Amino acid sequence: MFAAIGAALALSLMPLSPANADEVGTDQYDYVFAGNVQYNGEPLEGVTIEVSGNGYDAEVATDADGKWAIGVPEKESYTVTLVEDTLPEGVVVAKGGASQDREFGQTDRSSVNFFLGEGVRETTSFVNQLIDRIVNGLNFGLLLALAAIGLSLVFGTTGLSNFAHSELVSFGALMAFTFSVVLAVPLWLALPIAVILSAAFGWANDAVVWKPLRKRGVGLIPLMIVSIGLSLAVRYTYQFIYGGSTVQLPGSGQAQMQWGPVSLSWIDISSMGISVVVLLAVAFFLLRTRIGKATRAVSDNPSLAAASGINVDRVIRIVWVLGGGLAGLSGILWAYFRPGVSWDMGFQILLLIFAATTLGGLGTAFGALVGSLIVGMLVEVSTLWIPSDMKYIGALAIMIIVLLFRPQGILGRRERIG
Amino acid sequence: MIDWAQLFSNALTEIVNPTTAAYALAALGLAVHFGYTGLLNFGQAGFMALGAYGYAISTLTFGFPVWGAVLVGVGASIVFALILGIPTLRLRADYLAIVTIAAAEILRLIFTTNNFASVTGSANGLSGYKGGFAALNPLPEGSYGFGPFEANAYDTWLRIVAWTLVALACLFVWRIINSPWGRVLKGIREDEDAVRALGKNVFYYKMQSLVIGGVLGTLAGMIFILPRAVLPSNYQTTLTFFIYTILLLGGAATVLGPIIGSIIFWVLLSFVSGFISRAVAAGWLPFMDSVQAGQLRFIIVGLALMLIVIFRPQGIFGNKKELAFVK
Repeated sequence: MFAAIGAALALSLMPLSPANADEVGTDQYDYVFAGNVQYNGEPLEGVTIEVSGNGYDAEVATDADGKWAIGVPEKESYTVTLVEDTLPEGVVVAKGGASQDREFGQTDRSSVNFFLGEGVRETTSFVNQLIDRIVNGLNFGLLLALAAIGLSLVFGTTGLSNFAHSELVSFGALMAFTFSVVLAVPLWLALPIAVILSAAFGWANDAVVWKPLRKRGVGLIPLMIVSIGLSLAVRYTYQFIYGGSTVQLPGSGQAQMQWGPVSLSWIDISSMGISVVVLLAVAFFLLRTRIGKATRAVSDNPSLAAASGINVDRVIRIVWVLGGGLAGLSGILWAYFRPGVSWDMGFQILLLIFAATTLGGLGTAFGALVGSLIVGMLVEVSTLWIPSDMKYIGALAIMIIVLLFRPQGILGRRERIG
Repeated sequence: MIDWAQLFSNALTEIVNPTTAAYALAALGLAVHFGYTGLLNFGQAGFMALGAYGYAISTLTFGFPVWGAVLVGVGASIVFALILGIPTLRLRADYLAIVTIAAAEILRLIFTTNNFASVTGSANGLSGYKGGFAALNPLPEGSYGFGPFEANAYDTWLRIVAWTLVALACLFVWRIINSPWGRVLKGIREDEDAVRALGKNVFYYKMQSLVIGGVLGTLAGMIFILPRAVLPSNYQTTLTFFIYTILLLGGAATVLGPIIGSIIFWVLLSFVSGFISRAVAAGWLPFMDSVQAGQLRFIIVGLALMLIVIFRPQGIFGNKKELAFVK
């Protein structure tokens, strides 16, 4: 444990000076993170500070005065990390963690301070790190699964590869933000409202766009391209309304607690709990209820289902409502996992959702679940070996490789691949 | 008040803009893929990125001459097409779509990551590779053209090269499509099984089509970076979807459609977004600010893409009998 002596670091707004070795990107960009790394009043030289986020990464080493500055391209939230390995022996980050998510306030300059203390650096064993990553991956995979099941059911019942599904995901998070922050509705009420509105949005998607197109007999590939156009239009409408910044939902960024090797916050735990309960409910719906069985029948063969008296249009409507609600819930959980709500947050995981459904087998609900868990774990566990800004590559590459050997996916059937 | 003369002249400049030519060339590549062969390539942005980075990296890091850098880019895109095609060309069309979009994103992430920053410049991209191309310029310094089309020697040289390339590519595509080989491609689009029954190796033909269209996309990627810098954020999937909009606007199964489509697309987009941003500045649209005016163009493109596909799937110049979407 730490013996956190009141060592710390003085807040200092440095005068704007020309770029030195201890400054990166400050000439280029308007927004600057800066700080001063000191221990017991002594400046520390050569400590590496990293900034990452919004597709941007930079690192810098402190100068002889312990000062550093990093310019960033956007007035957004970034993760600022002090690389503990570069601190002198016996010094660690005592409070607040070596990685901090920072935003800009009213100014274009933000001071980032790390509270240093005496202590032994805890080196986590590989197995413990692995367990921690697996649990995180499980969390991520479960929230992906919520979105992927909707996508997969829509594909199964209508044949549509819906690229606008990501906008349903963003919609849930944006509604949660609108109600809980903008309208200040208490969270326990705001989140159900957001999920219900997402379900309604799913229904509206079908009623306004997809049902009329089905009636016109538009082919599957044109439909797919229509969904791309819809995705573009809706996504930028979100940006039009909500702006380009990232905002937080109430309660996000809570302290993490240690559970053996695993560090989780209450948010993470409830997120996993909600996902598991909802996924079990969906499984019960599909396997045990009449309408769920009808859904699977339509997925298998729409004409045969219609011939045996199933109201196919009604089933498709229910699938859209269910898919919209699940996607909205997934968006809320994704907003807590990232963390943050932004206009393109759904689009950021769209390909992972597609990878999950393809991996599990297009059109199979349980395949989507299996695929999502694999993709989620893969993304998180792969960060043990590859840098975190490349973590999505692993999942996408695995999808391509699986298609090589088992194109129908893990739970899919051969006749679907045509 | 709105400066109408400036607005129209900006819109007219788009007709000769090298960027318009680059989009036209990329759309022509997609016409080979999608319009003639029915391959749903959603990774054209990846082919363009390979052209851009292939050219820039071989110039900056390895000091290649212009022709060498072009060959590197083209070679990279052929390899990329083979890697994409081998697992997916035997599968249904939407598998190719998902794999190509994923592969293009993988490329973009690799170009964006910090780990190869010394070569790729990570998120800041690359610049300073234009010297070789500028040195080939036979035009003496000075100003060329008239009215809104006036430009300096470098820009004029770039326009000449870009549009000559587009013209040659059109001629090439027109020639190969109106050959026995091209008829097999159209046959694959209409009914793959029928072509297979005639003893043709469908996989081979699809692969050749994927390579040819991809190389056109790669050349487009090189033209695209000559008026600007290489930035990884330019190669997001949105780029591919813009090109699809252009292709479907002009007509997917036509040779001139992508070219005219690109010109119409950019002239209209420049005019509309120019008008909106000026209207906002003049206070005509009080509910919008200038940032929102810039985002409006994406909403317009998205809606246009939907409306074209629903109401005129053959595009402006296409023939309803020869639809790219058969199934």
